Amino acid sequence: MAHAPAALSSAPAKSRGPILKMTGISKRFPGVLALEDVHLEVGHAEIHALLGENGAGKSTLLKVLSGAHSADAGEIELYGEPVAFATPHDAQRAGIVTIYQEFTLAPDMTIAENVFIGREPGSKLFISWRRLSEDTRAITDKIGLKRDPMTLVRDLSVAEQQLVEIARALSMRSRLIVMDEPTSALSEAEVANLARIIGTLKSEGLSIIFVTHRLEEVFRLCDRFTVLRDGRYVGSGAVADVTVEAIIRMMVGRDVGALYGERPIPEHGPVALEVEGLTRRRTARDPHAIELVDVSLRAHKGEILGLAGLVGAGRTETARAIFGADRFDHGVIRIDGKEVSFAGPRDAMLHGIGLAPEDRKKQALFLRLAIRTNITIAAQDQISRGWFIDEGREAAVVDEFRRLLSIRMAGPDQLAGLLSGGNQQKVVLARWLALRPKILIVDEPTRGIDIGSKVEVHNLLIDMAKSGIAVIVISSELPEILAVSDRIVTMREGRVTGEIARNDATQEILMSMMTFHDAAGEARVRAS
Amino acid sequence: MRRVMTDTRIADPSQAGGVDIFGFVARFAPMLFLIALMVLFAAIEPRFLSSINLFNVMRQVSITGLMAVGMTFVILTAGIDLSVGSLLAFAGLVAAAVAKGGLENRFTVGEGGVGYGWGLAALAAIAVGLAGGYLQGLAITRLKVPPFVVTLGGMSAFRGAALLFAAGGPISGFEPSFTWWGQGKIGPVPIPVIIFLAAAALAHVTLRYTRYGRQVYAVGGNPEAARLSGLNVNRVIASVYVIMGFFAGLGAFVLAARLNSAEAVAGTGYELTVIASVVIGGTSLFGGSGTIFGTVIGTILIGVLLNGLVLMNVSSYIQQIIIGVIIVLAVAFDTFAKSRRRKA
Repeated sequence: MAHAPAALSSAPAKSRGPILKMTGISKRFPGVLALEDVHLEVGHAEIHALLGENGAGKSTLLKVLSGAHSADAGEIELYGEPVAFATPHDAQRAGIVTIYQEFTLAPDMTIAENVFIGREPGSKLFISWRRLSEDTRAITDKIGLKRDPMTLVRDLSVAEQQLVEIARALSMRSRLIVMDEPTSALSEAEVANLARIIGTLKSEGLSIIFVTHRLEEVFRLCDRFTVLRDGRYVGSGAVADVTVEAIIRMMVGRDVGALYGERPIPEHGPVALEVEGLTRRRTARDPHAIELVDVSLRAHKGEILGLAGLVGAGRTETARAIFGADRFDHGVIRIDGKEVSFAGPRDAMLHGIGLAPEDRKKQALFLRLAIRTNITIAAQDQISRGWFIDEGREAAVVDEFRRLLSIRMAGPDQLAGLLSGGNQQKVVLARWLALRPKILIVDEPTRGIDIGSKVEVHNLLIDMAKSGIAVIVISSELPEILAVSDRIVTMREGRVTGEIARNDATQEILMSMMTFHDAAGEARVRAS
Repeated sequence: MRRVMTDTRIADPSQAGGVDIFGFVARFAPMLFLIALMVLFAAIEPRFLSSINLFNVMRQVSITGLMAVGMTFVILTAGIDLSVGSLLAFAGLVAAAVAKGGLENRFTVGEGGVGYGWGLAALAAIAVGLAGGYLQGLAITRLKVPPFVVTLGGMSAFRGAALLFAAGGPISGFEPSFTWWGQGKIGPVPIPVIIFLAAAALAHVTLRYTRYGRQVYAVGGNPEAARLSGLNVNRVIASVYVIMGFFAGLGAFVLAARLNSAEAVAGTGYELTVIASVVIGGTSLFGGSGTIFGTVIGTILIGVLLNGLVLMNVSSYIQQIIIGVIIVLAVAFDTFAKSRRRKA
């Protein structure tokens, strides 16, 4: 049976006060203060938006709330009573269920099994499939999931899987559902449906914490909001009393841009890379892939093109398609004006394209191999005589880039996994620079590296462009996009939504180009 | 793939300095274990250290050692090959039939003198091995069936082929020029030992100094990163099964020469010994980490262990239990070392 939350029995459901009150929450990770004195208050039957840029501390705060992390300081009160969750299970028993971006469903089990996993009705030994099915249907009907409870989760769309997660939360009699970016993988129609369901839950007295990057949803769905920035509490209030601009200002702050000095926009060289009408559809084999619709862009020699957009906007997918790492359905890629087509990354490399992928550790580095192997693995042609590696030439290449990028390492035989994030990223950049590329795409160049190394990597990117390379930088961090780009293209939901020169762009303008459908034109008008 | 948003400000904890004593021990653990074992056996049974006995140990492990050299390539790519024992039996029978001068003459007893000679026999064994490995490599890379399943199928299929080919009986009685490859010596050193060590040296050079060797480590260490670095991942993966096949074929020839006979049940259970040699030698089943030197140590370690247990009159059943336990411990050690490294 479902656990009846202990807190519920002692507190009247109609209580007027906040159901959740987090005060003075601090959380320190080795070397970093991730949260400092953060507050969050959620009322009864309230939909509360938790806002902030990537790295603002939202995820950490939610992990503290859900019992996945324990806070170093601060208090959590539920219905006015102090609580402490040691594990996610404790939080669930108290009525707080978190739905993460990555679902935790078992794809090869049925909807019903997933909803009641670990709490199946029946005797100690045997599951009552009839009751399991009936109980599930009672919940799924309420939230408009029109599927047989015996359907395998694998066969559901992302939106339907999300409903299964919600059904599971409801089956646990939860009073507070936390949704971490629930809409980032949904289409417009699916978002509308989710909005309707959230409305239903609210009318039944449930409260919801809603994390999103799409501000229009905040205004459409939410009652109140809280903004975090750099791990600190910035402010909160009623959505009705605030404007989009005000929220964006709270999110991005004013002081970030000061790190980067003024830099003139260089003269454009000739077009090095031209992409026209790049389109990629979902297939049966990959039904949850991010689609690309008619993506066109140009990159000039000697400039840095920033590709901005929210997570899931299709920036990474565009880069991978250009690099030949993923297939696409149609579209033309031209290099120096000549049409090309690549069977794989190797072809793209031979045409002078490099890609430093978004996930350094999973997609770029060989953590258990030596730094020198990591640097020279793509440039074996240069450092070999016949079948054999010429270790002298290899050492020369490694040394050249160690000095050029000031990579701090114990020696070329050190394992790449032992380097700091910043130095790891330099090793990845060195790998591509060793190939003397004409076009270099760098996806999230500074994700997870400290602020000092960030500025260093940014200067490297600027120097690369100065040397004549067409550099494309993809980043979720707007200050970064503004710091390095000469020209910025924004994407949303697999489409290009606008283009703007760096001098005309501000974080506010970019944010609205990235988050609002029709904002691209408007933003350009405002900018001029 | 969609990524969970991570807190980008979490510091990278991997800059711990200082001397890594644990890492040092982990690296030389097989070597240290081998030395300890030899000291132990020598103390209990002085006969153990006689040069005759030591060469005997080496000769006993040379066939599985040869195959362990090939298996190192496979496991470096995070693969596995369970079919080696069966492939060895099949290749050995084909070589034997060639040596006897064709299938019609295969049951002729004694040295008939009508055969095609050891050279063609060896080539035939190696050709069978290469073909078997190539087939499995294709199935793994083209059909996307996991290596474990493909080679489990191969284990059954090649054994069946061997039984079919042998039609029930062993093929025995070769010319001295054939059996020299298994029974001969140069000075005090048995030929199979020389072949094993030469193969190990060649493999070491390949893995350590060639472009191909680098690619094997890269593909095993991170296949996605290897692909995005322009490597032909499928070709590298298929190639290691071909290399494994080569060594299974070579091993088949040497084994037939040593026993002066080839039979369908030859090499039964070899996959265990071969994989154990590689894993005990420190090559990670997760791929991307390991050396031929380690595999040679692992091979000798198993040989020494078995030899010592025999000298101490421990039953062969108990020997099997001990080998099984040591394999699990070796992998547990690797996993433990890996998690230590992640935390460090």
